[in-house]
Amino acid sequence: MRNAFADELTKIAKEDPSVVLLSGDIGNRLFDKYKQSCPERFVNCGVAEANMVTMSSGMAMTGMKPVAYTIASFLIYRAFEQIRVDVSYHDAPVLLVGVGGGLSYASNGSTHHALEDIALMRSLPNMQVICAGDPLEVRAATKAFFKDPKPTYLRIGKKGEDAVHEKSLDDFKVGKSICIKQGKSVAVLATGNMLPNCSSVTDELIERGISSSLYSFHSVKPLDEKCLQTIFSEHEYVFTVEEHSKKGGFGSAVAEWLSSQAKTTARLFIVGTPDQFLLYTGNQEAARRTYRLDKAGILEQIIGAIGPV
Amino acid sequence: MIASANNLNKAEEEFVSLLAVSAKIRGRIIQLSHQAKTPHLGSSLSFVDLLVYLYWNFLEISPQQINAPDRDRFILSKGHGITTLYSVLAERGFFPSELFDDYAQKGSPLPEHPSPHCIPGIEAATGSLGHGLSIATGIALASKMNGISYNVVTLLSDGECNEGSTWEAALLAPAHHLNNLIAIVDFNKWQATGRSSEITALEPLEKKFEAFGWSSIRIDGHNFRQIQSALETAKNSENPFAIIADTVKGKGVQMMEDDNNWHYRIPTKEEVDSALAELGLKTS
Repeated sequence: MRNAFADELTKIAKEDPSVVLLSGDIGNRLFDKYKQSCPERFVNCGVAEANMVTMSSGMAMTGMKPVAYTIASFLIYRAFEQIRVDVSYHDAPVLLVGVGGGLSYASNGSTHHALEDIALMRSLPNMQVICAGDPLEVRAATKAFFKDPKPTYLRIGKKGEDAVHEKSLDDFKVGKSICIKQGKSVAVLATGNMLPNCSSVTDELIERGISSSLYSFHSVKPLDEKCLQTIFSEHEYVFTVEEHSKKGGFGSAVAEWLSSQAKTTARLFIVGTPDQFLLYTGNQEAARRTYRLDKAGILEQIIGAIGPV
Repeated sequence: MIASANNLNKAEEEFVSLLAVSAKIRGRIIQLSHQAKTPHLGSSLSFVDLLVYLYWNFLEISPQQINAPDRDRFILSKGHGITTLYSVLAERGFFPSELFDDYAQKGSPLPEHPSPHCIPGIEAATGSLGHGLSIATGIALASKMNGISYNVVTLLSDGECNEGSTWEAALLAPAHHLNNLIAIVDFNKWQATGRSSEITALEPLEKKFEAFGWSSIRIDGHNFRQIQSALETAKNSENPFAIIADTVKGKGVQMMEDDNNWHYRIPTKEEVDSALAELGLKTS
């Protein structure tokens, strides 16, 4: 995903002189092409996320379109007050890009895990929260920001993620989910880097004779409430899946929406990480197995919830 | 010799007239604190002279061109001193002084800490400390990138030099040769609950900025001649420039000077009248 982001941003910045990229001393070689194209509009802010975020806001106040890029856990947790005051409160059109969302940096330990970032960011007024599900969503979300710049958190993975979409998402809109598979009984709503696993899971469900839908909810905020209404009226079971704490994330956003509905037929299940730090050594796949967020784990949770078929 | 003596006299005359402006601004600040029962009076009084000089003699900003891309920018990092900036802006014609009638009351465009775009002339919403230098650094860097020339001045409290983010910005600005960036520290030697030098090792503050790659000068922040000289030096500096302004908290009113109770204390009607009289202003 990060390569897709760097490539797309480079293309946009070549055309738009108001784009400026600020990095928190991360992305070694990743932005080489960007730096070749727009050397004067790349700022390595060093290991100083608070200053990077506030500087971005200051630059936005002059009409520039800043992108602040670093590891999600450092961007959101270290600089949260700066994000709240200088970006969100000022309604400053800054694109905050958190690389390594969720358990992408699992092997680095809990200091590098971003499992509470969606909860924090979606609580901020004026803030859009987009969790890209594959490299094509990364490209589309990046383009969408520059078409209509608003305070935005773009949560991306790391590298090597599978593409789920087959072609570029020309109709991509912030706040509009994408229906990838249409079924009747089970709806799986994936956000961010859970999309590839959810795609495999729904394939398996369908193979087992369970009519299943797959949606990419790349936008946690604004939430596609219209689509949720359709989903909850047309399915028996709805599963939200995220590489994020079950507390306060995408599933919570759907549950909040659901609580305001007069009557729905479908039942909601939230699949995510538990309320704990991962005190464990291992890579992302291993961490996902621990939290039952790998294909087998998600499948097991869905089958367990809907009962034997 | 005669010409320079004339210039000197002219400057002195100007400074005398600025003193009168400062007194008027101080009167307004004290009245606002009493009227709306809002704190931070001592903090607001300490940088009046600095702000008066900036807005009357230095900053290229006018109410007619509040959005001009090449305007100078002023960021009040110590947002709790906002009554000083409001009073200066009103006096310079950015908004009518009638708006003070409802200062900090429901629906007023003049909140106790400035909100974004609350009133013409406010560049940034501040109040949480440690943000102003980073905002100013971003604006100054944008000037270099866009080739639009302007100065960015930010005014910090000594207390907010406790904030790590202030020093993050201080480290970055010289690396980008931001010679259009001026940071003024209103060094009144107090923060909310104690002597600033007893809480952190701030001193020698000008040396700290210099060690970070800034040019710096230490001045009497109530002396217009020194303020003028420092700002002119800053304008021609090759580096970002820090002005460490020694000031007195509560300056201008004897009972408030260097008494930190006035960080939070609200003046009574009698204290307002006494302060106005001391400032040579009409009592209300």
